[in-house]
Amino acid sequence: MNKLIIGRYLPGDSIIYRLDPRGKFLITFYFIGIVFLANNVASYGFLLLFVLFAVYISKINLGFFIKGLRPMLWLILFTVLLQLFFTPSDNPMWHWGIFTLSTDGMRIAAYIFIRFVLIIFISTLLTLTTTPIEISDSIESILKPLKVIKFPVTQVALMLSIALRFVPLLIDETTKIMDAQRARGVDFGEGGIMQRIKSFVPILIPLFVSSFSIAYDLAIAMESRGYKDGEGRSKYRVLSWSKRDYMSLIVMLLITIILLFIRSY
Amino acid sequence: MEIIFKNLTQSYEANSPLEGLGLDDVSLTIHDKRFTAIVGKTGSGKSTLVRHINALLKPTSGTILVGDREITPETNNKNLKPLRKNVGMVFQFPESQLFEDTVEKDIMFGPMNFGMSEADAKKSAHKMIELVGLGEEYLEKSPFDLSGGQMRRVAIAGVLASEPETIILDEPTAGLDPVGRKEIMDLFKNLQEQGRTIILITHNMDDVANYAEEMVVIHDAKVKAVGKPKDIFNDKSLLTDDILTLPRSAAFAQKLAEKNFSFPQLPITISELTTEIKRQVHGD
Repeated sequence: MNKLIIGRYLPGDSIIYRLDPRGKFLITFYFIGIVFLANNVASYGFLLLFVLFAVYISKINLGFFIKGLRPMLWLILFTVLLQLFFTPSDNPMWHWGIFTLSTDGMRIAAYIFIRFVLIIFISTLLTLTTTPIEISDSIESILKPLKVIKFPVTQVALMLSIALRFVPLLIDETTKIMDAQRARGVDFGEGGIMQRIKSFVPILIPLFVSSFSIAYDLAIAMESRGYKDGEGRSKYRVLSWSKRDYMSLIVMLLITIILLFIRSY
Repeated sequence: MEIIFKNLTQSYEANSPLEGLGLDDVSLTIHDKRFTAIVGKTGSGKSTLVRHINALLKPTSGTILVGDREITPETNNKNLKPLRKNVGMVFQFPESQLFEDTVEKDIMFGPMNFGMSEADAKKSAHKMIELVGLGEEYLEKSPFDLSGGQMRRVAIAGVLASEPETIILDEPTAGLDPVGRKEIMDLFKNLQEQGRTIILITHNMDDVANYAEEMVVIHDAKVKAVGKPKDIFNDKSLLTDDILTLPRSAAFAQKLAEKNFSFPQLPITISELTTEIKRQVHGD
């Protein structure tokens, strides 16, 4: 479970860490959007350079980003192969039944591959440099305008941060219960498929029981400390928007302009 | 079974900023059929250490010898059942491992995983439920209807039912009332007297003084001291460096020493303390 890089925060310090999480969050989604504007070698190359530059100034080892690709490997491979062999073309290099291999196919497959790399790298960059709690704070802040239509923004944000807070807790609990059952002679990942499914019962039941009791304790703890949601709650972590956040937005704007220019070039 | 750790190192999250050492070059022998206590602050590496004994964790480098079974960094996950049958492990708050619909089935779960027949497992469940101080009437109940203390006893019975030769206890009495705690500790002492090896992780120095024959002090992922509890509690360097606290009797004796009593060696149990006070007051 430690192998999952996407969604994990890595403690560190660099300009990317210090950016306002709201800005980082919006920029990440904006960037994923403009990735689809790229249409030729130069524009993809430009975006790739930008992402690599962002990785460089984040001072995080590139290895972490490459590891981030791993869980998506099969999806990437499948999509790339699909493009490679099923892109229709007027002058195929090779043809067999429904399969076609052409320079067009190769080009599109390469684009798709780079697109995956760009999107995964930039979202990994967001989660590696931003704590889950910062992300949920920024979602709350971004959703604030929806209060006008009576959308329960604070409640949703609270649910989100509790859910995020529970992830490591549940992982710990799962590891602990798995260890305890292993010590009682359960072999996970051995035997036939039915055997394997059965071996999860001794984990799932204790996990449910303890999740309910943790949730119950949490509710009691919050109530006894006087938690009440609604208007006028002040924030413990105050997000501050500074000059460098404006700078990062300007950089994004420049990138969009350059991209549009390269695209039509 | 004798358990020998040789230059065991455990590191986690290698090659990342979160990298750390769980255990740092630990060499240690835990003797057969003795009662050994492992003490140390929270996060010092006690639990990490004992998880190697039944191969829940494998060393990053170094080896552990459990009886004639050797565990190395290369040991694979196949064929660990004989080892795990012989090394029973009661985790912290073991009640969270209960899952069956009756107490009986839950106690039978371990033994049957280790290949015991249903009839034998049943017999074992009946024996163990009595041993941990609950009656046979509990066997048909759901473990989730029991109180916390009763659940703890059922979980302990579930580990003992496989009849392990070595029993590892990770703070088995945390959160129990004083009477329950004494009953559980006496149970483990009895098991040891019947020829089992007991390894106890604890923060309770009175339990160490009252029950353990050997004591291992772990501090910052390293073994700081090994020896008899009486010798270790009299080692001033461990106490002044704030690695260890004293059992109540020894702390009391230390206070008495300021009031014209003198103790060449601090007594660590109540009976030792009272004999010593009697001797010094009455002079006999």
